[in-house]
Amino acid sequence: MARLLTLSLPALCETWAFQYAYDKVIWMKSCLVVDDSKVIRQVARHILETLRFEVREACDGRQALDSCIASPPDVVLLDWNMPVMSGMDFLRALHATDLPKRPKIVFCTTENGMAHIRAAIEAGADEYVMKPFDRETLESKLQIVGID
Amino acid sequence: MTVRPASRPDERRLSDQGLAIIAALVEARTGQEIAPNRVWRVETALKPLLRGSGASSLDEFVSHVVAAADGVLIDAVVDAILNNETSFFRDAGVFDQVAEAARIRAQEAGGRMRIWSVGCSTGQEPYSLAILLAEKMGIDDPAFPEILATDVSAQALNRARAATFSQFEIQRGMPVRRMVEWFEKRGEQWTAHPDLIRKVQFRRHNLASDPCPAGKFDLILCRNLLFYFAPERRHRLFDRLAGVLANEGLLVLGAGETVIGQARGLVPSERFRGFYCRAAEDAGRT
Repeated sequence: MARLLTLSLPALCETWAFQYAYDKVIWMKSCLVVDDSKVIRQVARHILETLRFEVREACDGRQALDSCIASPPDVVLLDWNMPVMSGMDFLRALHATDLPKRPKIVFCTTENGMAHIRAAIEAGADEYVMKPFDRETLESKLQIVGID
Repeated sequence: MTVRPASRPDERRLSDQGLAIIAALVEARTGQEIAPNRVWRVETALKPLLRGSGASSLDEFVSHVVAAADGVLIDAVVDAILNNETSFFRDAGVFDQVAEAARIRAQEAGGRMRIWSVGCSTGQEPYSLAILLAEKMGIDDPAFPEILATDVSAQALNRARAATFSQFEIQRGMPVRRMVEWFEKRGEQWTAHPDLIRKVQFRRHNLASDPCPAGKFDLILCRNLLFYFAPERRHRLFDRLAGVLANEGLLVLGAGETVIGQARGLVPSERFRGFYCRAAEDAGRT
C-alpha cells in the first residue's frame, strides 16, 4: 500500500490494484431487464444490484429497443413472450439497427424447450436462462458472456 | 376442540458427543475432517435423514446410525455430510488451461493420455473435461484421453453415471451452445449424450484409504478436496498423488489451494501457471 502511494497518478492507473478496483467497484456494468412481469423484473433487479449492476427496466420489446437506441446497456436480460413486441422480434429489430456496440443478449424465459433454445441461438442470442432462475444461474450466465 | 400439532422430532441441536461420533465416522470412512466452520453443515445435513428415521432427536438418530447392522444408513449419513458442491466448467479459466495443457501433453507424450478427476462428485468436472476435449480433437479420435473419475460417495457416483442434471444444475457454468450440443432434454431433466457418457469411466474410490488406481496419469484434477483433510494426512495424500503422476504430468488444484510447503514431491510447473508437477529428483525415480 505504501508503495502505491508513492506512484504518480498515470502510473497508479496502470497498477493491477487500480484496474481491479476500477472494474469491480467504480465501473458498474449496465443491464436492461425486459419482462412484462413486474415481479420478475424486481427479482432480477435485486440479484443484479447485488452483483453491482446498474439496472434499467422495460416492459416489452418496443420499450427495450427505444432504451437500447438511447443508450445501449452492456447486457439485455430478455423475456420471450411479451405484449407489443416479443423478445424475438426485439432481437431481430436490434440486429437491424446500426448501434456502434451491440449489447449481449441473454434470453430469460419459461420457454424451456429445445426448439425455442435453438431458435434463440440462431437469432443471435448469446445465452439463455431457463426460468425459474436463481442468483447463481444468473451470475454464471453473465460470466459466460463476459459481463461480470 | 383444539387440535394439537403432531409432535415433531427435536431437530434443533446435536450434542458435542453426538457431533464427535459423526465426525469420527466421517473421518474413518473418508479421511476428511469436519472443521469447526462445517459443524453447522452436519446438523443441516442430518435433519432430512432424521425425519425419516423414527428417532425423536438428532442424538437419538446418531445412536441409530451407530447401532445399524448394515452400512446403508452410515453411507447415507456420510453422503449427506460430504460437500458435493460442483458445477460445469467451474473456474472456466482453469479449463481453458487444462485443455491447452492436454493438447501439448498429447503432442509430446504421444499415445493416449490418462486423466484422473479425483473427488468428481456428481460428474460435472469430468463431463466438462470430456466436452472440451471432444471439441478440441473430435469425440471419435482414437487418441481421445482416458478419463477416470472417482469419488468416495456411491450416491454421487450413481448420479454421475446417469449423467442427468436438473435445470438448475445444467445452467450453472454450462454455455447454452454446449448444452444443446451435448445434452438432451427429457422432461425437466437434461441428460448427456451416450457418446459423452462413454468417454468417462466412474469408479468408487476413497483417496485416503484405497490404493491409487494403477498406472500413471498425465493430468490429475484434485480441486477443492484436500483442504478437507488434516495437514498431516494432506501431506501424505500429496505424496500419493505425486506417486501416480507421470513424468511431466500435471496436478491441478482448486483456486485457493497449493502444494507449497505441503508436499516434497511436487513443485509449481514452470510451463503451466497454477499447475503442479513432480519435483525433478522425484520424477527421476519413476
